[in-house]
Amino acid sequence: MFAQILEITLMNLKNLPSRLGSSSVVVVGIGGVVGVMVAILAMAAGFQGTLDGGGAPDRAIVLRGGSDNELSSGVSTDEVNVVSGMEGVVLASPELYMVADVPKRSTGTDANLIVRGVTGDAFAMRDEIQIVEGRNLEPGRGELIAGRGAHIEFAGIDIGNKVQLRQTEWTIVGIFEADGSAYESELWVDLPVLQSAFRFTGASSIRLRVDSPERIDELAEKIKGDPRLDLELTGETEYFAGQAGGLTDTIRIFGYTVATIMAIGAVFAALNTMYTAVVTRTVEIATLRALGFGRLPVVVSVMIESMALALLGGVIGALVAYVGFNGYTVSTLSNVSFSQIAFDFAVTPELLRDGLIWALGLGAIGGLLPAVRAALLPITVALRGE
Amino acid sequence: MAIIELTDVHKTFMKAREAVEVLMGIDLGVDEGDFVALMGPSGSGKTTLLNIIGGLDGATAGEVVVADANLDELSNRELARWRAATIGFVFQFYNLLPVLNAQRNVELPLLLTKLSGEQRRRNAQTALSIVGLNDRARHRPGELSGGQQQRVAIARAIVADPPILVCDEPTGDLDRENAEEILDLLQILNRDHGKTVIMVTHDPKAADHAKRVLHLDKGKLVREMAA
Ligand SMILES: Nc1ncnc2c1ncn2[C@@H]1O[C@H](COP(=O)(O)OP(=O)(O)OP(=O)(O)O)[C@@H](O)[C@H]1O
Ligand SMILES: [Mg+2]
Repeated sequence: MFAQILEITLMNLKNLPSRLGSSSVVVVGIGGVVGVMVAILAMAAGFQGTLDGGGAPDRAIVLRGGSDNELSSGVSTDEVNVVSGMEGVVLASPELYMVADVPKRSTGTDANLIVRGVTGDAFAMRDEIQIVEGRNLEPGRGELIAGRGAHIEFAGIDIGNKVQLRQTEWTIVGIFEADGSAYESELWVDLPVLQSAFRFTGASSIRLRVDSPERIDELAEKIKGDPRLDLELTGETEYFAGQAGGLTDTIRIFGYTVATIMAIGAVFAALNTMYTAVVTRTVEIATLRALGFGRLPVVVSVMIESMALALLGGVIGALVAYVGFNGYTVSTLSNVSFSQIAFDFAVTPELLRDGLIWALGLGAIGGLLPAVRAALLPITVALRGE
Repeated sequence: MAIIELTDVHKTFMKAREAVEVLMGIDLGVDEGDFVALMGPSGSGKTTLLNIIGGLDGATAGEVVVADANLDELSNRELARWRAATIGFVFQFYNLLPVLNAQRNVELPLLLTKLSGEQRRRNAQTALSIVGLNDRARHRPGELSGGQQQRVAIARAIVADPPILVCDEPTGDLDRENAEEILDLLQILNRDHGKTVIMVTHDPKAADHAKRVLHLDKGKLVREMAA
């Protein structure tokens, strides 16, 4: 039985080149589905990866009670002092989070760019920050370092340039990387200089490094219970996951929706092609069955043929998605902070695998009906070839 | 001894919701080693009768016993296995698989046996030498003439050594000369290899090669002539 299936299948596959014209509809259709699906999901994966990249288990963010992002949050200097002195806090970094309008390199139109005022502790607690060009900013001066993403995406964000942010001029002295996290889409300046330039006291948030991850829940309780503080502490991992969640899900749902719509079209293409393939071989199939071959080999071989075509399409689609999009940097408006976050498409092995599974599934669906039809047609009728 | 025994066989087709009786009580016995030509006007039911004898279609009523098997009692699967072992089919348009070369086409029925690849190849070569096409083993059907293709088809029909050859207008698509060669070949297979041959034909000359000629008209065997 296995030999029968193998032999008929091989024969059908050998037949393929002669029918490449009509078969290419399946290949292209399913290639398109897989390519688009993988590309969109790669976008979701890349976005998730960027926001996940900023999370560490022994770090926490303290925001004003009730606000879930830095832009809407505010922390007074007194509150900073109270929190810094709490037991278990190793480093406390008050940070001021501002938004400036800067033109994009690609379009020339203004987009929001985050300006983060930091102290030395901001670097001390974030090991991932690496100056890759130029030097770090010096406290007390109008100097600025730019994340790699901001440097790539925004016009004029180059070392040696001066940028004007709300009537104050800043000199760009360095470019930093942060493990691909969202910080790379920001400009960092000295906190006191930013405070005076923007006539602002206090900060937007306090970043904490604690002595152990277990400390985070304890501190969260303590801050909640302290009458002097109207603040809320969230572990960094949880905070980033929460920021990514909404948009990542939206992209995923969008990806699957588009892929499903295209998949319906591709299945019909596959069905049609396989019906044609089967019809043109009605007499061949009937001859084989007259010779004593069973129904099962016929069904299996038609399905394998359809799945082979689909797999070919899937591989092409996945390859196109991989070559075209893996590592492709885009930026998007974060739904939380309304600022530009640059991230890379991540065409992961899992996505490629899922794409190929989809292709095989579509091929199987497209092949099943024609296969069953071929097997159920009475031999005598099929032999007439009408 | 009769290798084919049909008793009061009827066949009715449904055509546009109407029952059309194509075979109306066929009684036929064919002895082992016989060569029967079946003649009759178009639409008289020759192919239908041949399909019933070859186990491709079932009778609506009556009894069909071929090579000791009562075909009515066999399941589809058993019938397929029975056909592979008992019947060699030869069709008017050869029905070779275009992507396979002659050798592989002839080997096809042997895929249903337990023979090794090596044995399959050897048996296929033997069959091809019987039909005189050893030198064309690597050619695909498209590279062969009609007569050669029909000889490949005959090699395929005999490769598994079935006792009965069922041929539906085997020379219908061939010119005189090629037709003669095919008929001679069938005659050799009948005489020297002991195959029982039952052949549908429109050609009176073809019928000359047979030992018996049957006439089918409007679903009934009307007369029989000894050749
Ligand atoms: N599967 C079928 N369904 C309906 N009618 C059929 C079917 N097979 C055959 N018939 C009808 O039965 C009749 C006899 O057909 P058959 O093919 O046996 O004739 P034939 O003698 O072989 O004719 P020809 O010499 O043209 O080949 C025809 O009227 C044909 O239309
Ligand atoms: Mg006929």
